[in-house]
Amino acid sequence: MTKLTMTVNGRSVSGEVEGRTLLSTFLRENLGLTGTHVGCDTSQCGACTVHVNGLAVKSCTMFAQEAAEADVATIEGQAAPDGTLNAIQQAFQDYHGLQCGFCTPGMVMAAASLLKDNPKPTEAEVRHHLEGNICRCTGYHNIVRAIMAASGQDVAPVAAE
Amino acid sequence: MPKDQGIGASSKRREDVRFLTGTGNYTDDINLVNQTYAHFLRSDVAHGVINGIDASAAEAMDGVVRVFTAKDFEGVGGVPCGWQVTDRHGQPMQEPKHPVLAEGKVRHVGDPIAVVIAETPELARDAAEAIDVDITELPAVVDMKAAVAEGAPKVHDDLTSNLCYDWGFVEENREAVDQAIKNAAHVTTLELVNNRLVANPMEPRVAVGDYNRANDEHTLYTTSQNPHVIRLLMGAFVLGIPEHKLRVVAPDVGGGFGTKIFHYAEEAFVTFAAKAINRPVKWTASRSEAFISDAHGRDHVTKIELALDADHKFVALRTDTYANMGAYLSTFAPSVPTWLHGTLMAGNYITPLVYVNVKAVFTNTVPVDAYRGAGRPEATFQLERVVDKAARELGMDPAELRRLNFIKPEQFPYDTPVAVTYDTGNYHATLDKALELTDYASFDTRAAESKARGKLRGFGIAHYIEACGIAPSNLVGQLGARAGLYESATVRVNATGSIAVMTGSHSHGQGHETTFAQVVADMIGIDESQVDIVHGDTARTPMGMGTYGSRSIAVGGSAMVRAAEKVLNKAKKIAAHLMEAADADIELKDGQFSVAGTDKSVAWGDVCLAAYVPHNYPLEEIEPGLEETAFYDPANFTYPSGAYFCEVEVDPGTGKVEVVGFTAADDFGNVINPMIVEGQVHGGVAQGIGQAMLENCVYDDNGQLLSGSYMDYAMPRASDLPMFEVDHSCQTPCTHNPLGVKGCGEAGAIGSPPALVNAVIDALHRGGYPVEHIDMPLSPSRVWNAMQSVK
Amino acid sequence: MYNFDFEQPGSVDEAVAALQGEDALALSGGQTLIPSMKQRLNAPSKLVSLTAIEALKGVCPDSGQIAIGAATTHATVAAEATGYPALAALAGGIGDPAVRNRGTIGGSLANNDPAACYPAAVLASGATVVTNTREIAADDYFDGMFTTALEEGEIITDVRFPIPEKASYQKFEQPASRFALTGVFVAKYADGVRVAVTGASEDGVMRWAEAEAALSADFSAAAIDGLSVSADGLIGDLHGTPEYRANLIKVLTKRAVDAAS
Repeated sequence: MTKLTMTVNGRSVSGEVEGRTLLSTFLRENLGLTGTHVGCDTSQCGACTVHVNGLAVKSCTMFAQEAAEADVATIEGQAAPDGTLNAIQQAFQDYHGLQCGFCTPGMVMAAASLLKDNPKPTEAEVRHHLEGNICRCTGYHNIVRAIMAASGQDVAPVAAE
Repeated sequence: MPKDQGIGASSKRREDVRFLTGTGNYTDDINLVNQTYAHFLRSDVAHGVINGIDASAAEAMDGVVRVFTAKDFEGVGGVPCGWQVTDRHGQPMQEPKHPVLAEGKVRHVGDPIAVVIAETPELARDAAEAIDVDITELPAVVDMKAAVAEGAPKVHDDLTSNLCYDWGFVEENREAVDQAIKNAAHVTTLELVNNRLVANPMEPRVAVGDYNRANDEHTLYTTSQNPHVIRLLMGAFVLGIPEHKLRVVAPDVGGGFGTKIFHYAEEAFVTFAAKAINRPVKWTASRSEAFISDAHGRDHVTKIELALDADHKFVALRTDTYANMGAYLSTFAPSVPTWLHGTLMAGNYITPLVYVNVKAVFTNTVPVDAYRGAGRPEATFQLERVVDKAARELGMDPAELRRLNFIKPEQFPYDTPVAVTYDTGNYHATLDKALELTDYASFDTRAAESKARGKLRGFGIAHYIEACGIAPSNLVGQLGARAGLYESATVRVNATGSIAVMTGSHSHGQGHETTFAQVVADMIGIDESQVDIVHGDTARTPMGMGTYGSRSIAVGGSAMVRAAEKVLNKAKKIAAHLMEAADADIELKDGQFSVAGTDKSVAWGDVCLAAYVPHNYPLEEIEPGLEETAFYDPANFTYPSGAYFCEVEVDPGTGKVEVVGFTAADDFGNVINPMIVEGQVHGGVAQGIGQAMLENCVYDDNGQLLSGSYMDYAMPRASDLPMFEVDHSCQTPCTHNPLGVKGCGEAGAIGSPPALVNAVIDALHRGGYPVEHIDMPLSPSRVWNAMQSVK
Repeated sequence: MYNFDFEQPGSVDEAVAALQGEDALALSGGQTLIPSMKQRLNAPSKLVSLTAIEALKGVCPDSGQIAIGAATTHATVAAEATGYPALAALAGGIGDPAVRNRGTIGGSLANNDPAACYPAAVLASGATVVTNTREIAADDYFDGMFTTALEEGEIITDVRFPIPEKASYQKFEQPASRFALTGVFVAKYADGVRVAVTGASEDGVMRWAEAEAALSADFSAAAIDGLSVSADGLIGDLHGTPEYRANLIKVLTKRAVDAAS
């Protein structure tokens, strides 16, 4: 076992890990941050997406030790300290961009990384950016709309008559 | 004006906040003190005899608590099947035992042989590799027709063959149908495959077993759509634990789509093992494990014949299907190709004579059971494909042929020749609505524009009917169900007027916590925030049958309405007492009880307080308190229907299909939350498009799963799909439930596959490639190969 | 997965030393290696992460060529290899955004997945694979599926691409994995055209000599019309027959020529 420290959601954390301990395992099991989900074992579903030093990565395809001393952001750190949802989270609720919620943390983190680099993405750009995030519930329709809305673009409200 | 509260409002989902902030409570998020971890050693061959298992090396490894094999389960029941089908000769289906761990034989890749329990998941897996299993491999049966051929290897040695049942429906029509087909002016025939799918909810299955020796109580936390069903099946049939000593909790569940209905061996295992080692036992499936242990869906091979008269009216329909059961009978497997399939073969049409034959077959593959739509997609696909083919053969517009044969609005209630009565519907309306939304008139302009870019454009339509809200218990009992199919709810009013509703339905993405609260709040006229919905825990909710078959609002919602009505009846008596008026004169509006024709009123909250602080109370007439339970058993199925239109572009160089437009015009009856209903349709359509052009679960001849991960099983991604046009404005309310609702969960997955395939066939015909049929999924290579075959 | 020792050296020399042990493997992004380790298909006793070695990172344009450090991520190549747009576009189409933030060119080339994208660029560009001990010409580097000229413990340090006059990579995605079902990279240089095909051959990435000859004489899609591709030796799987892949090679080559810029 190796002692590891990193910063997660602005807080310095540490724990004992094996070589094979994945970042996702460290977050979930060592830190109890169970918002990061594991939905596959081939690096495709993206439910485990977190940010490491500002870049979106699949935390199930990165060893915890590769994130030593890194700055890690997870879904638990996205809302304001008083619980107010951030713009992306709020848009996901407003536009019904989630159903079962399992892929949602990864979707929110992926969306955040998109909007950081591309503040006004087109629909096609949003869809392309979600290549590594699989949702089985929504058909992506409302996820795409939520991300467009979070970027400040005009999107028709849900279930508009 | 759209409402902002109650029935008909697109209320934002209250469950979203926890999911958006990473504070949901999924089963894998549950960790118990002193917990151990189970790893299942699964067969890597499809069929074989287990000569011996030597687990001594594994048991000696550090961190290993115990290794279990079938011998530990002597005296324990098999995993039961919940539906018995009677064959066309009046005989019960062949029903093999499904042991928790393989006994003597393995029958599919993934069949569990042994389980290691260890201090960590990785140690358990390390130790599982040290178990020496001596297996003599046997020839596998994978192809269904080969499985029922003379001399085929038997999946179950104690059965007479691999044929589970040979079902005929309506058996008395068999000869008449054949005669009508023989004499018909035109017969269209189509052979097709309804491809095997893997449901793939994004949350893999998880089970955590806990046992309290002090009071002999078991708790199972599991990823289930129906915790009470699991408690009944596992408690009564597998482990022999009475209900009062067994609690089943299905907390936040990350999607189900059918595959989390069933009772699985892993649930029984962790429950059993937790007692055996007196420590909590957790099992978390990897996605790879899910592919070989979750029940699969679909997998039918069908020949369908549609006979038409000289006026192009349908006169008879015959369909012959081989349905794969896999190696064992999963919970509801026998019902899917029979009662959930055969009874829908009339579709939206007047077809006087229908005969459905289904041969259910055991193979050395993972068990097959219900997946979103369950039987109804299989019925709709073949019917809507054959109708489309008939239109082409007859030179008719496919919409016109459908319209000509639709059941007319004035014909409802309509008795089909396949035993069901459609209470309401208006198929012309949904078809017209879809045509309007699609701008069908300008299709040729769009096709020309596609052609200029070197693409072939096509337009496909499908109309579906489904039976939801399963269903009258006395009827399903006659059909072989070994369970009732009512639903339950308790409405518990607190002293200050806030409400907890305990429902037997289970939400795993459908948003019941929001929609169910909308209904109750609307009935009373209070704010939705005053109503909480409790579900997913047998210790907290009345015995309920759970969520599947688009039944929650139609059956569970109705139970909740009945319970709320009982509450209101009692509340009115209390209000009448408080206002010194007659019960019959009490009215309720916006949370205020008033006496008709007077200005006397009393608030909801005051009545509730009086119920719990009964100082001024009619104690001689009614009890204190305000809490009622209702069980609702529906009088009939509900029959949502709709028109689905798909527009595609085909790249003739590569065969790649792109869905460029999709329109769904559904009749769900009344709608509680339009936002959620539309979301259900989006998701269903995406799964249907997935089936039609991406997803395929494939075994090789040896029973090895070739599509065993997302590397080979193509899940629909955002870039595979367009924005969907969805409409639910055509509403013919259900006539027999209090909300007039029909259910919307499965529709999208039912109507979309034939619409897409019809569109691709249309594109190919328009492009000069007269391809009659391509089996799903319409992958680039399949489409291209089909084009070459007619060049 | 099996357990292993993890090391993260800061220099190439340290990494080479760390890789001397038995069953030691280099980890350079791990977007393919880690999933294969989860399946227990790979069991290194030690993983030596290269991602902390700054000397292995970066995109460095030089006269007529572009050098890319082996530990440079796909995302960085996509953003910074502006001098070779077809290469940048290829990098921007690998996997998905999160994978591109971890996966590296060196990792991809050392693994040499038969459906990976980078091998097509390297082979079509006649690039040079530079290691800690030598320079390897692209034509000598690839040696069949998952096999390369790399020796045990040898580390790719950078890859040098001569910049073509025109180039394009056309990737036809396998619908599940989103690797290349078939991908064709066409690169036009002053001394001729090179065409490399990934995803199609049972022997891994390959050049298409007939197309190269035809395009060297006439750089137009029409020059391909008369050619045919044999299905012999091509991959047949769930996603496409050998004949289908043969068709894709031709179709994608023509599209690459049309798209080349």
